[in-house]
Amino acid sequence: MTTALINFFKDITNIFKGGPKYYMLMGILGAILAVGLGAYYLQVDRGLIITAMRDQVAWGFYIANFTFLVGVAAAAVLLVIPAYLYKFKPIKEVVLFGEIMAVTAIIMCLLFIMVDVGRPLFVWHMLPVIGTINFPASLLGWDFFVLNGYLAVNLAALGYALFCYSQGKPYSLKILLPIVIFSIPMAFSIHTVTAFLYGAVKARPFWNVSILGPRFLASAFCSGPALMLLVFQALRKYEKVDIEDKAIFKISEIITYALGINLFFLFVEIFTDFYSHTLNGASMHYLFFGIDGKTNLVPFIWTAVVLNLAAFAIMLTPKYRYNYKTLNIALVMMIIGVYIEKGMGLVIPGQTPDPLGEIYEYMPTTPEMLISIAIWALGAMIFIALTKFALPKIKAAKNFDH
Amino acid sequence: MIKNTRKHPAAIDLDRRTFLKGAALGAAAMALPPADADAGFLESFFQKHFREMSDEEIKKVIDRLEKDYSKQFSKEVKVKATKPMENVVFGYGLDIGRCIGCRKCVQACVEENNQSRDPQIQWISVLKMKKGAKMADFQTADKYYQPEQVPEPGYFYLPVQCQQCEDPPCVKVCPTKATWKEKDGIVVIDYNWCIGCRYCMAACPYGARRFNWGTPNVPAEQLNPNTHYLGNRPRPKGSVEKCTFCIQRTREGRYPACVEACPVGARKFGNLADPNSEIRKAMEHFRVFRLKEDLNTKPQFFYFFGVKSNRAEGGK
Repeated sequence: MTTALINFFKDITNIFKGGPKYYMLMGILGAILAVGLGAYYLQVDRGLIITAMRDQVAWGFYIANFTFLVGVAAAAVLLVIPAYLYKFKPIKEVVLFGEIMAVTAIIMCLLFIMVDVGRPLFVWHMLPVIGTINFPASLLGWDFFVLNGYLAVNLAALGYALFCYSQGKPYSLKILLPIVIFSIPMAFSIHTVTAFLYGAVKARPFWNVSILGPRFLASAFCSGPALMLLVFQALRKYEKVDIEDKAIFKISEIITYALGINLFFLFVEIFTDFYSHTLNGASMHYLFFGIDGKTNLVPFIWTAVVLNLAAFAIMLTPKYRYNYKTLNIALVMMIIGVYIEKGMGLVIPGQTPDPLGEIYEYMPTTPEMLISIAIWALGAMIFIALTKFALPKIKAAKNFDH
Repeated sequence: MIKNTRKHPAAIDLDRRTFLKGAALGAAAMALPPADADAGFLESFFQKHFREMSDEEIKKVIDRLEKDYSKQFSKEVKVKATKPMENVVFGYGLDIGRCIGCRKCVQACVEENNQSRDPQIQWISVLKMKKGAKMADFQTADKYYQPEQVPEPGYFYLPVQCQQCEDPPCVKVCPTKATWKEKDGIVVIDYNWCIGCRYCMAACPYGARRFNWGTPNVPAEQLNPNTHYLGNRPRPKGSVEKCTFCIQRTREGRYPACVEACPVGARKFGNLADPNSEIRKAMEHFRVFRLKEDLNTKPQFFYFFGVKSNRAEGGK
């Protein structure tokens, strides 16, 4: 057992070994991270006043990124369903990368929460047992459990599979399958709970709608897997990982349905708000058309709508979906589209106008951006490091027939 | 939380919570630069939730805070932890027919409750509304009016502060139970327990909560030294605050500062549980409404307008 564990961790040193290109990539990401750390020091020192958030819009870019990334974390489960439930082998081989992405995304989510709180030293107050977590009343309490639970489940599945590989034997489906099956409802729950985090707020009519949960799921099934497909292609090209075309095209087909459903949900919301034209529709109006000349979000949301529609048109056409060039264009458009729509496009209009009718136009400040970009850079570093750790094991296991 | 932990006879007085905290302390001490790790910092870092402290522990915390504040402001600062009175549920009334929008209440509130002067924090927002505007449509409201003189013709004023809801959404969403409703109806915050996630601000339908975005700053000579732990004591950066019905005054039988400051007597305050109280009399006398009643938060803050017509009472 001990030698097995040593073998398992031996590849950790791999993370620090690589060609000049690898060092350069990690160096650049590290530099971005360092700049962000500087900005974060400024934030700790002076307070969140260095961000553009104020009492009127108390949640901003950090929480927008958090919300988007919860969606990305679902990527793994989308791959798991066809791989294990329908025994679609080509996807099965890439499931582990999906899990690495899920782990990375959840870590980034937790970091975005940490940089957002005003007194980060005291977050232990919301732990169970040693703190006073407000469970089950607070949806943030629920989010604490499901996010950490999802992280644990994915780490367990990933760790177990890699551990078996490092011993030179295939993993036992008897052990892995229950974990993987359990991760499916967990993935649904992280989205549902995060959607309820907003949906629970009756003070904000833009969030307090029942379609929010389904909308979260639909958009998660677009952006996460889209990001994965780009990563797969990169792995195939630079690391010579054997990923079949069939797997990529199957996933892109699923994404197409999800994007269609997501667009439909958005349309349903737009219809309800604009047709009924109650005062509760003010947020939607602010988002799409602005109010009283305050139009900060307008160009963004229209960009998102156009990108998502165009991506959907490309993906719907088999000729373009099976062509890597056009497929990748559509994927990038979709990721940006969902990032806007489900990030800033959800968080900011929910708070604008504020409960007393004031319109405060929120736009993140430079330090706020630097801190957020740094978390993305750190996320990339974590993903690359985990992949580098796992790659030799996955490659060696290529010949196993599970 | 288990209060009566069974102890090994030979063990020192160390329950599980203390132990876990001790373990965390070790970890934290390693992570922190030694310069920060002075006794005061550690004491405040491991301070318990206000409601989980015994009276003795509260006294210790208050002693520490009084020492800290007195040093910080170079004058004697008193911190109380006065408990709610028996059979008292506070209620507030505001006659919008009388309010002239002078914002004397805002000023009195800032001075009484030690709100930060820079960056500016104010617990009361006075909304200037066009006469004839839809009441529910706050979008027609202006919070930043600066006329030569108030009241301005064609407008009325609607001051808004914490509504001390019977069913407060802010309390429900707080992930750490750092905010709660006291027996006398006041929704309070333990500033030392608040982690600053601002979920309560997203949840409040009345925009009543304020965040310390920067380090709060009150000039020492302007600091009101008569403070309450759950009220107007100096707040740390990164925590949320709001109106507490002047808990430091009202629990001693005094009026909130805004009620005293109002030059036109638009503000009423009293014990809802006492049928002869000022607030109850006013509620019988006026037409009463509450803000955003459809949200079912049941504010204990009532708005009055007009005088109840005799005819409506059957010509009594």
